[in-house]
Amino acid sequence: MAVTRFLTRAGIAERMSDFTRHLRAHGVRAGMPETETSLGALQLVDAGDPNDVRLALKAICASDVESFARFDELFAAYWLNAGKQRHDHTPTQSRSDQKNSLTNLSQKFSAPPADGSGSIDTPDNDNDGEAESSGEGKLIATQVTNRNATDMREFILPEDEARAAETARRIATAIRYRRSRRRKTARQGDGLDMRRIMRKSVATGGEPLHLLRRRRPDRPVHLVSILDVSGSMQLYARVFLSFVKGLVGNDQRTDAFLFHTSLMCVSDALRDNDTLRAVNRLSMMARGFGGGTKIGASLRTFNNQYASRMTGRKTVVIIMSDGYDTGEAHEVGDALARLKRRGCKIIWLNPLLGWKDYAPVAASMAAALPHVDCFAPCNTLASLAAIEGELERL
Amino acid sequence: MNWQNLQTKLAGKGYIASSELAMATHIALELERPILLEGDAGVGKTQIAKTLADIHNTELIRLQCYEGLDASAAIYEWNYQRQLLSIRAMAERTGDSGNAIDDIETRIFSADYLMERPLLRAIQQKKPPVLLIDEIDRADEEFEAYLLEILSDFQVTIPEMGTITAKSKPIVVLTSNGTRDLSDALRRRCIYNFVPYPDRTTELAILRARCPAVEPALAAQIVSFVQSLRKEDLEKKPGIAETLDWAAALGGLGVNDITVDPVALKSSLVCLLKTEADQAAIPSEVAQRLAGRAG
Repeated sequence: MAVTRFLTRAGIAERMSDFTRHLRAHGVRAGMPETETSLGALQLVDAGDPNDVRLALKAICASDVESFARFDELFAAYWLNAGKQRHDHTPTQSRSDQKNSLTNLSQKFSAPPADGSGSIDTPDNDNDGEAESSGEGKLIATQVTNRNATDMREFILPEDEARAAETARRIATAIRYRRSRRRKTARQGDGLDMRRIMRKSVATGGEPLHLLRRRRPDRPVHLVSILDVSGSMQLYARVFLSFVKGLVGNDQRTDAFLFHTSLMCVSDALRDNDTLRAVNRLSMMARGFGGGTKIGASLRTFNNQYASRMTGRKTVVIIMSDGYDTGEAHEVGDALARLKRRGCKIIWLNPLLGWKDYAPVAASMAAALPHVDCFAPCNTLASLAAIEGELERL
Repeated sequence: MNWQNLQTKLAGKGYIASSELAMATHIALELERPILLEGDAGVGKTQIAKTLADIHNTELIRLQCYEGLDASAAIYEWNYQRQLLSIRAMAERTGDSGNAIDDIETRIFSADYLMERPLLRAIQQKKPPVLLIDEIDRADEEFEAYLLEILSDFQVTIPEMGTITAKSKPIVVLTSNGTRDLSDALRRRCIYNFVPYPDRTTELAILRARCPAVEPALAAQIVSFVQSLRKEDLEKKPGIAETLDWAAALGGLGVNDITVDPVALKSSLVCLLKTEADQAAIPSEVAQRLAGRAG
């Protein structure tokens, strides 16, 4: 294969940092340390042999299964392709779409400054323009279906809000703590804390007079709720939204997301103490409210952008959706499987499950079921309250 | 030494490494960075640590991870019984004078009373050992955080004694089965390699290296059979360890051609299929069809 002839002259360090940037633009997590290590590694291998260099850089820059599988392609695109960047590189295409449409949303509707001032960076590769335009197209489609942006004020009634918040508080306490396996010093417990006993007994001439104990503490879990606000869910949106507000309002270890055709983080907006301002912020974010649904794509955005920060073993993800989807069904399954690998518990609340004779036959719902730890109805506040017991067992 | 040399050396000890794995190991050794190996069970992740120890003629220190693993089981623990005894002994010797207390305390929290666990032991060796941290994905996230200090600075902090810095940098091999995603912080400190199931030629080479007694014709059959078995819809795909077990079992049964005796074939499959569902998924007929294709 021909080695790239670059248009501009640059030193090897500069070239290498450009390559790391190329990797980053295609979704591989690599940065300064990787550039440095790569430069060091070049001295250890035959830098004139493309195959050696590829193997060396692969060992350093790839850091998980996905980037490992894609690295060869990315390497070839940068170093072995006459300097042309690949324009048709697909794996991250759809992601950059969403990023762009999100950015468009926040820029177009001048999101409040607290909302990160539109700082979601657009990928700086050459397919920018392309992605931009398709993001735009999606946006127009949603706007046509919903000429009037739905006003959130209609969705939160005072009395419902109070009840939903109360239910949310009870559910949150039910799943708040998970027993840990590692022990920690405590006033009462099932094990002895030998280390501290020993310290105390020095003073008493080796007689362990004070018996200090350790036990397995309950450690708090992180709650993440993802709420479907598409057209088919409109009837339930009010209840759910106040429920989510209740969850988020309870404490800081909670995050909330809304999605229809794209995903947005609404934790900050819901945490706003000024109710009127919160509602304004929400309705600004929820343009396209009641449009189509892309569950798979939204969950994938969540996986890509937020999951690494928010989820781990001590996370419970609550998805509220009816499972009617305009995207690919297998995408939902894939996204949930990936989320599940992070070790969190997934609860799916489906309002339709409360109906008589309902069976989860919608393709996306069926694809999701194998990955879900708890599948429960939630068409009314009463049924929401009823799942409390079930959640305690998780 | 370049990476091809390392590959040959590994092969000399019976470990057939792909060029990617050999390169990753080479870089990890040269840059003194830990190497993180991910892949399904039974593809030889643990084995490479053993082989490396063999090549460098050094000790292999192994830490098996499990949920709830904590510092006292992985890094160090005080020897409480000994501490207790010596407090009493010293108290009797000095009488009950109060000024001896400080002295006693420094004494019993010294290196003599420290029990080294694998991680501390690994950095205390004069000759760099191979430290194998097996199945890191089973330990919880807090334990990964403990590891970061050891893996980046090769030092351990003990509150009573201060910081212990490594006498020699161990060769660190981490393995993960991918049951849980590891934190980015840990990944970034490591040289990464994904170990896949081997292809036909590699697996044949491994089988030859590890079981030289198996006839070449039978070895080819075994490898083709296992390769096509991996394409079936199984819960647990057979790894290389299983292939080697099976080859040994066939040798023990005196089988020279797997297509001849369907009963022996079926009964020897217990070496490859490790769950009830998988055994049901490959009935005798399917096994024979696969064997026929392999033969």
